Amino acid sequence: MNSIKFNLNGQDVAVELNPSLRLLDVLRDHFHLTGTKEGCGEGECGACSVLINGRVVNSCCFPLANANGKKILTIEGLAATKRYQILKDAFHIEGGSQCGICTPGMIMAAESLLSMNPHPTDEEIRIGLSGNLCRCTGYNMIIKAVKTAAKLGEGLW
Amino acid sequence: MFDPNKSTPKIDHEEKCSGQAVYVSDITFDDILYAKTVRSTIAKGYIRAIGVPTLPRGYHIVDHRDVVKENYVKMILTDWPVFAVDRVNYIGEPILLVVGPDKRVIDEIVSAIQIDYEEETPVFDFVNSVVNKSFAKGDYSQAAKAAKRTIIETFNTGYQEQAYIEPQGMLAYLEEGGKVTLVGSMQCPYYIKNAVINTLGYPEDKVRVIQPAVGGAFGGKEEFPSTIACQLATAVVKIKRPIKMIFEREEDMLVTTKRHPSEITLEAKIDENNKVLGIKAHVSLDAGAYIGLSGVVLSRAMLAVTNAYTINNLDVSGDVYVTNTVPTGAFRGFGSPQMIFAIEMFMNHLAKDLGLDPYQFRLNHLVKQGDLTSTSGLYRDPIILKDMIGKAMAISDYQKKTEEYAKLDSFKGIGMSWFLHGCGFTGDGESAHIKAKVRIVKDEKDVVHLHIAAVDMGQGARTSLKRVVAMALGVENEQVVFDYPDTDLAPDSGPTVASRTMMIVGGLLARAAQNLKDNWKAGERQEIIENYQPPQYIKWDESKLQGDAYPAYSWGVNIVEVEVSPVTYEVELKGIWSVYDVGKAIDERIVIGQADGGITQGVAYGYLEVMRHENGKLRQKNLTDYIIPTSMDMPPMETIIMDNPFAYGPYGAKGAGELTLVGGAPAVALAIENAIKRRVNRIPATPEHIMELLNNE
Repeated sequence: MNSIKFNLNGQDVAVELNPSLRLLDVLRDHFHLTGTKEGCGEGECGACSVLINGRVVNSCCFPLANANGKKILTIEGLAATKRYQILKDAFHIEGGSQCGICTPGMIMAAESLLSMNPHPTDEEIRIGLSGNLCRCTGYNMIIKAVKTAAKLGEGLW
Repeated sequence: MFDPNKSTPKIDHEEKCSGQAVYVSDITFDDILYAKTVRSTIAKGYIRAIGVPTLPRGYHIVDHRDVVKENYVKMILTDWPVFAVDRVNYIGEPILLVVGPDKRVIDEIVSAIQIDYEEETPVFDFVNSVVNKSFAKGDYSQAAKAAKRTIIETFNTGYQEQAYIEPQGMLAYLEEGGKVTLVGSMQCPYYIKNAVINTLGYPEDKVRVIQPAVGGAFGGKEEFPSTIACQLATAVVKIKRPIKMIFEREEDMLVTTKRHPSEITLEAKIDENNKVLGIKAHVSLDAGAYIGLSGVVLSRAMLAVTNAYTINNLDVSGDVYVTNTVPTGAFRGFGSPQMIFAIEMFMNHLAKDLGLDPYQFRLNHLVKQGDLTSTSGLYRDPIILKDMIGKAMAISDYQKKTEEYAKLDSFKGIGMSWFLHGCGFTGDGESAHIKAKVRIVKDEKDVVHLHIAAVDMGQGARTSLKRVVAMALGVENEQVVFDYPDTDLAPDSGPTVASRTMMIVGGLLARAAQNLKDNWKAGERQEIIENYQPPQYIKWDESKLQGDAYPAYSWGVNIVEVEVSPVTYEVELKGIWSVYDVGKAIDERIVIGQADGGITQGVAYGYLEVMRHENGKLRQKNLTDYIIPTSMDMPPMETIIMDNPFAYGPYGAKGAGELTLVGGAPAVALAIENAIKRRVNRIPATPEHIMELLNNE
C-alpha cells in the first residue's frame, strides 16, 4: 500500500491505510483527534468540518486518498491559534454554544469565512454558516458571535 | 448581593469549543467491541425463523434468549420488549444484536442474516385505543343548552423528529465484581438504571450509569436510551467485554421516538354575547407500536385545552392509539404543542366565524389570576400576560402589519400566539413517582460538590444549577463543583424533563445550600441531602384529572412574520418577537438561548419539518430529506424576559425549556393564514399544503 502524505495541523504525516476511508474516521480513530464530530455522515450537518487548504470541507464525505499533499487543519490545530481564542471568547460573549456537538465545526466554518471575508455582514455570515446545522440555538447567537469575533479580532484575519 | 439574571461563563464552554468535551462516541477501550441491531423489515407479523451465518471467531449474536430476567424496557408501562421474541410490530423493531471487534465484519454478518416472516395486516389508523382519559369542568351540557351557536373544527399535526445533532449512543462495560456500567447520551440516568435493574434482575448497587457530554436531546433521549441500555446490558453480561453502539443518522431517524402525530377535534358553544361558554374536545394520539410514555403525553395535551383562556365548561377526552409504526414519545412540549396549535387556531377561527376581531375576541377570554384551570385548579400566582401581549405587539408593530397584510394580494402575514406551559411533572408525578432527592457535599477544603442526576444536554443546567448553589451559599462559582452525573454518587433527583430542572432540582439545591450555609463548619466535610416536598396547596386527583395539575405555569407570547412566495408557496420567515414569563431568569443569556432554540423548533414544526410514513415505513431518514432550519432560514429574533418571581422557585424561577417551543407553530400558522387568506388546520403548512388550500376554493 502506498502511503498517503499530508500536513495535519502543521505537521507532515504519512499513513498507510485504506485510501477509501473517510477522512473523519482517520482523524478520529487513527489520530485520536475527536474534536471533529460526526452528526450525519452524509455531508449535511457540518459537525465534521475541517479546513483543507483553508477551505471548509465535510470530512465525512472526503476520502483519505484525496488528502494526499493537502494541508488539513482540525479544531485541535486551530485551538492553538490567536484566532481561535477570539472565536471562543466571542462564542462565550454571545452564547453561541449550547450542547457543543456542532460547535467545533461551526468554529471551523467561521474561521474559513473570516479568512476569506474579515468583515462579513449578517447575511454573509448566514450564508457562510449555512452548511452547519445547529438544533439548539436558532443560530442568531452564533451569527452575533461571528460578528463579535470579526470586531474583537480586527486585523487577525 | 448576587444577581440571578447575571450571566456567568458556561462551565463547559472551553471544552465544547475546542472539541475536547467527551461525548460517548469519543470514548474507547483497547478491547472494545461494537454492536449493530438487526431490525424488523415488516410492519407486523410473526418471525418464523432466523437464519444466521456461521459466525467468525469473536463475533456474537445477542437476542431475547440472552435476557437475564425481564424482556421489557421498564418505563411507565412494560409493553416495550428489549428484543422481539416471536413477533414484530413495526418496521425497525430490534430483533437481535450482532457484536464483534470489526464494524465491517459486523455489517457483513448483519446483511447475511435472513429472517423469515409470516406477515399480518398492519394497522395504521386510529382504531386500537389502548389508553382513554377524560375530565370535565363545570357543566358542558348546560352550556350547550344555553348556547346560540356551535362551531366544530378538526386539527391535524404530523410527526416531528428531535434531530439532535449527536445521534443516540451508549457504551457498556463490566467493572470488577461484575457491576454493569453504562455511559451514554441521555437525559435520565435513573430511568436507565431502573430499566437495566429490571431487565437484569440485579440489585441496585450492581448497575451504574454515567452521563458524558450530551449533544442535544429535546426529549428524544428521555425514554429511548433505556431501550439501548437494556440491549447493551444484556450483551455485556453475556460477552463480558466493553461494547459500544453508536447509531448512524439513518438508523437514529428511522427507529427513535418522535413527536406524536395527532388529530384534535374542538367544539365550541357560544352565547349571544359571543362568549365561549364551553368547549368539548377530543385528542387522538398515534403512539406507534408501543405505549411507552404516551398516556402521560395525552394528559398534557388534554390539560392544555384551554391554553391561556378561561372557559368554564369543558368536556375533554382523549385516546392513545397503537399502530404498526415506530413508537412515538417525549419531545420538548410533550403533547402540549399539538393542543396549543389547535386551540390557538380555533380561537382565531371562531372570531372570524363570528365576524369579530380575533385579538379582541381572544382578549375577552384571557385567563387572569384567581381563575380556575382546565382541571378546576387555581391560578394562584400573578398573571402578567396582558402586559406581555402589549409589549410583543409594540416591538413587532403587530397591529399595523396585521391590517396592512390583510389586503388580498400581499402574500405577507403576521401571526400571534399566547400560551402557557405547566411546569414540572403533570399531576402527582413529582410527589408520587419521582420523589426527587439531591445531595451536596462540602469537602475539607470547603469546596462544595453537587451530586444530582440532572443532565446538561446543552441547555446549560451545569452552569445555572451551580450558580444557584453559589448564590445561596454566597460564594464564588469556583468554590462549587458540578461534574457529570454518576449514579454511584448522585441520588435520584429525577429525570431531566418537563421543565422541572431549575424549578424542582434547583429549588432543592437552593434549600440544601441554605442548610449548609446555616451549619457551615470551615475545614470539615459536610453532607446535606434534601428531599422533595410538594407545596402544601397542591391538590390533585389522578383518577378524575381534577385539581392543580402543575405547581406553577410559565407564560409566553410569540409573534411571527412571514412572506409566502406567490409562485412556489414557500414560506420565508421575516421576523420573530417573543415575550416570556419564566418567573425569574437564572442566567439571562442561557434563558435567551433556550428561547431562541425553542421557538426555532416550534416554528419549524408549524411550517417546515415534514415526516411521514408509507405503510409503516418512514419516508424521511436523514437530514437531507428531513429538513430542519439552517442559518439561512431563521430571521433575527427579539426576546423580552419578564420578571415575575414565583414564591416556591429558586430565586423565583419557574420552567423555561419547553415553554419556548409550544407557541411557535400556531404563530407561524396564523401568519400564513394572514398571508394566504385561507385557514390552516393542519401542520406542517408546507408549500404543497398551501397550494392545496389556495386551489381548493
